[in-house]
This record gives sequence, C-alpha cells and structure tokens, in this order.
Amino acid sequence: MEFKGIKQIAEALRAKDLSVQELHDFYQAKIEKHADNLNCLINKTSELAQKQIQQAQDLIDTGSGNPLTGIPLVHKDLFCTKDIKTTCGSRMLENFVAPYDATVVDNLNQAGMVTLAKANMDEFAMGSSNENSYFGAVKNPWDLTRVPGGSSGGSATCVAAGLVPVATGSDTGGSIRQPAALCGITGIKPTYGRNSRYGMVAFASSLDQAGVFAKSAEDCALVLSQMCSFDAKDSTSAQVDKEDFNQNLNQSIKGVKIGVIPEWMGTLPENIRRQTQQSIDTLKNMGAQLVEIKLPTAHLAVSAYYVIAPAECSSNLSRFDGIRYGRQCDNPKDLNDLYVRSRTEGFGEEVKRRIMVGTWALSAGFYDAYYRKAQKIRRLISEDFASAFAQVDVIAAPVSPEVAFEFNAKKDPVSMYQADIYTIPSSLAGLPCMSIPIGLVDKLPVGLQLIGNNLQEAKILNVAHQFQQETDFHHLVAEGFAHE
Amino acid sequence: MLINRKEVQQIAVLAKLNVSKDEIDTIVTSLDSVVEMINHINEVDTDNVKPMANPMDAVQRLRADVVTETSNKEVLLSMATNADDDYFLVPTVVE
Repeated sequence: MEFKGIKQIAEALRAKDLSVQELHDFYQAKIEKHADNLNCLINKTSELAQKQIQQAQDLIDTGSGNPLTGIPLVHKDLFCTKDIKTTCGSRMLENFVAPYDATVVDNLNQAGMVTLAKANMDEFAMGSSNENSYFGAVKNPWDLTRVPGGSSGGSATCVAAGLVPVATGSDTGGSIRQPAALCGITGIKPTYGRNSRYGMVAFASSLDQAGVFAKSAEDCALVLSQMCSFDAKDSTSAQVDKEDFNQNLNQSIKGVKIGVIPEWMGTLPENIRRQTQQSIDTLKNMGAQLVEIKLPTAHLAVSAYYVIAPAECSSNLSRFDGIRYGRQCDNPKDLNDLYVRSRTEGFGEEVKRRIMVGTWALSAGFYDAYYRKAQKIRRLISEDFASAFAQVDVIAAPVSPEVAFEFNAKKDPVSMYQADIYTIPSSLAGLPCMSIPIGLVDKLPVGLQLIGNNLQEAKILNVAHQFQQETDFHHLVAEGFAHE
Repeated sequence: MLINRKEVQQIAVLAKLNVSKDEIDTIVTSLDSVVEMINHINEVDTDNVKPMANPMDAVQRLRADVVTETSNKEVLLSMATNADDDYFLVPTVVE
C-alpha cells in the first residue's frame, strides 16, 4: 500500500476499498517494525485505538464523518489523554494519568481520528534534539546516529518514518519547525492562541502553541482546521472564528510578496544557504515577488527568549510539589525535604537548568533588569515583523543553521539554544509559521520556514501547498522506511 | 564569572532543588554561559518601549464568578501518592 495523503486515504475508506481496521493494521505493522528501534513512542494506546476504529467505521458506514475520520495519528506526550499516561518525557510524570483530554485531542477525537500512541519528546518540551527525554533519545530515520531535532522529535520521527500519516506537536521556540526540517516533513505552528492550551502540559505559557506534523501542507491544513477552536477553558485562547485552512490552498501564488532576510541567509553555512536559495528561487519562478526585508532586533531574540521562557517555566513547574500528582520521593523527613527531593529526582538536567535560570531572572533585584527588559525586546521584535508585513504577505527564511547533528554533539547548553536562532523570533511575535522540506544536503533533509502575519495560516499553507505542487521534496523518504 | 557558587546555591533553595557538591561547579559554568548569552539584551535601549507579555497583547479574559464544575474530589485525590478519603497527606508540619 502506498498513500499519497489523507484525502486519498479518506476516499479509499469511503469507497470501501479499505476498512479503518485494515488501515490501522497497516500502520500498526510499521510501528511494530520500527518504533522500538527509533525510540519514538512512549506509550502505545491499543485499547483506545480499537474503540476509536469501531467508532470511525460506524461514522463512515452511516455516511457521516469527515476526511479525518479513521485516520491514525500519534499525540506528543504532553497532550493530556483521559485514562492514558501523559508523561511529558519526564520521570516526574512517569505514572501520571490525566482525568481529561486536552481540547486539541478532544477536537481530533470528535473528528474520528484514531490515536495509536503517545510520542517521545524532550522533557517538558525543553530541548532541540530530543536527547532530554527521560525515556531516551529518539533517532532520526535519515541517519540513526543523528538526532531528529526537538522538542517534538518523537512526533516528527513517526511521520518521517511513515509510522503514521499525522502527529501532533507543540512549538514554544521552534519545537515543531526544527524537527520537521531535520526529519524532512511538513510541520506547522499556528498563531498563538489559535489552538487551546487546555490540557497541554505548560512550559512557557505566553509562547506554547500546539500544531501538526504531516508529509504535506495539504494534510497539515486538513488536521489544523479541525484542531483549532476558541476554548473558554484557555484564558489566552484567541477569540476568532473557526477557519477552513484548505480554502485557499489552490490559489496561484503569482504576485504574492515574499520577504527574504539577506542578513539571515548570509549567516547560513554555504551548502544549506544554496539549498534554501534554490527553494526561494522556485517560489520566484512560480510568480512570487521577492522583497528584501530587515528584522533589526531579531538577533536578540534568542537572548530574550532564554529569559522569558525559563521565567515562565520556573513559575509553571513550581506546581510539581510531589504531593498532588507526579513523583513523590520515598520517606520524606519533612515537607521541605519532600518538595526538594521529589523535584530533584523528578526533573532532568535541562529542566532543572531552565528552572534555575528562570528563578534567577525573576528573583528580587533582577526582575526589571531581565524579565521586563526581555519583554521589551519582545515588543521590538514584534514591531519588526509588523513593519515587514506592511511590505510582504509571507516571509521565507531558514529553519535551522544545520542539518540533523550527531548524538552528544552539543554538550554546552548555549550551543544547543543557538540552534533555534531562526525559529525563536516568530515565536516571540506569536506568528503562524511552518517548515516545509526543500531537499537534502549531505543526504540529510533541510527545511524552509514560511512565516505569516497574525492569523494568516491560510496564506502560508497556500504558499507551501503550491510549492509542493511544483516539487517532490515532501515525498522523499529515508531508505528503509518507504511504504511497501 | 557572572554567577557564583553561592548565588547558585541560593537559586536552588528558591527553586526547591538540591544541588550536590559533585555537580555545583558544572552547574555554575553552564548557568554562567547562559547568563552571558542573556546579557546581550542590554545592547538595545528600551527606555520608551512597553513590555509585551502576550503576543496578541490580549488581556486576561474574565468569567462570571459561578461554579462551573462539579466536584471530582475522588479522581483528583486518586492521582496523589499519599491521600486518604478527604486529604492529601504530607509529613507532619505542626507537632
């Protein structure tokens, strides 16, 4: 069996060429064959899947349902799933079972999607390599000695290896776009507030946003349209109408103004720069108009982010007290000992580092100098984007300054943080952005980042889809993982 | 060094984390490198810039102060390592 995309699978299900059970069994066999070796899953959800298969088949048989009904997926393990473990890649939540579904999970369940498993991830979504998971590092299907990127590395690997057609992820500073790029698939983070954060374990609340991985922009658009909703249970949910992101996919991009940032292109290694430039040239040849833009404050984005995100992290993760849920240490001698030992045992090295950086930035005497200052830089970066979007419709930029790197290649935290240099600016501004595959460098995938103005997901998806009508990069599959 | 051992110990106390003697120097070095990177934010004058807390500049949405959920005490208590029928259990605080 070979599937070109969700629409084709949906047609086969509706035409009865395929049952939901057969579809499930096909992907389940791939999971059995590859998942352990790739270490991309934390928990399989077979019981839930069986229930959802029956429900989906009933919907299809009665002529109801929609193109997502019966389509299998995995959820990043920071989305709460009722009665199923949600570990967030942490020892702290190793045995945590949520009493409810996250809103995005609920929305996709309502559509009739079938949950096969929970995907591995960097602990509490903190990392750019998936090496920070308590459950071990995930391998990149393109080269098993290399990282898949992070923090949604398990989700990206699952899609890239063809174990599922769709995976959910979350992106705080690049955690969807960077693994999508390093694994050669498509991944989108919508505008901050588009997706509900209810039931998504919090890392940095003013930045966290759920999104989707799939092979193509068309598949991402289908899933995202169903996933996004206004949610009264999330106090920062954007009060906007539900949107069908597929609507504009087939529009020509002739005349669309695409901003390019020469300053960023100039900092790329030559082989990645060449590949990125070629993809931008393709957009130009398709009729887009290229406009050079500047983001004068964006070079401070990583510095500002590593104040804001750890500050919010230290505040959010203070809820892990070892008492109400999560890990509790053995034989605490007093209350403070219970707090300190439960947290010290439960959190990994990177999470502790960020809690400490955040605690420091928020401590007496530093708040104005660091947290407020970083929030002011954030404003300047957001204004840079606003000026850029007065001239252009979409920005095309690199995703990562490098292809997938080897395990343990980045021992010092700052070099890891710099991996997100091109993804963090748009995160701080809350903008919709995505990564699309643009070919291989040294046999490893490279991505192109498309950034849209606020709530302009449809625009970047349109450009991405049109690019994917012209190119075949999104169909490339690592050796040994092609569907037979 | 921008951050020293004593400060790291103090931060650990505030963050309710334990830093062992074996790891303190490594942690000081790594936090120092992070602070060095963070300090670049001082390169730009931001005197007249309004801080941005939310990317959409949205303010906290409020709701009417009415009960919207039924009690699910049993479910919540079942998630704790130590609880009895009505309470979370912790080590004795007051003798």
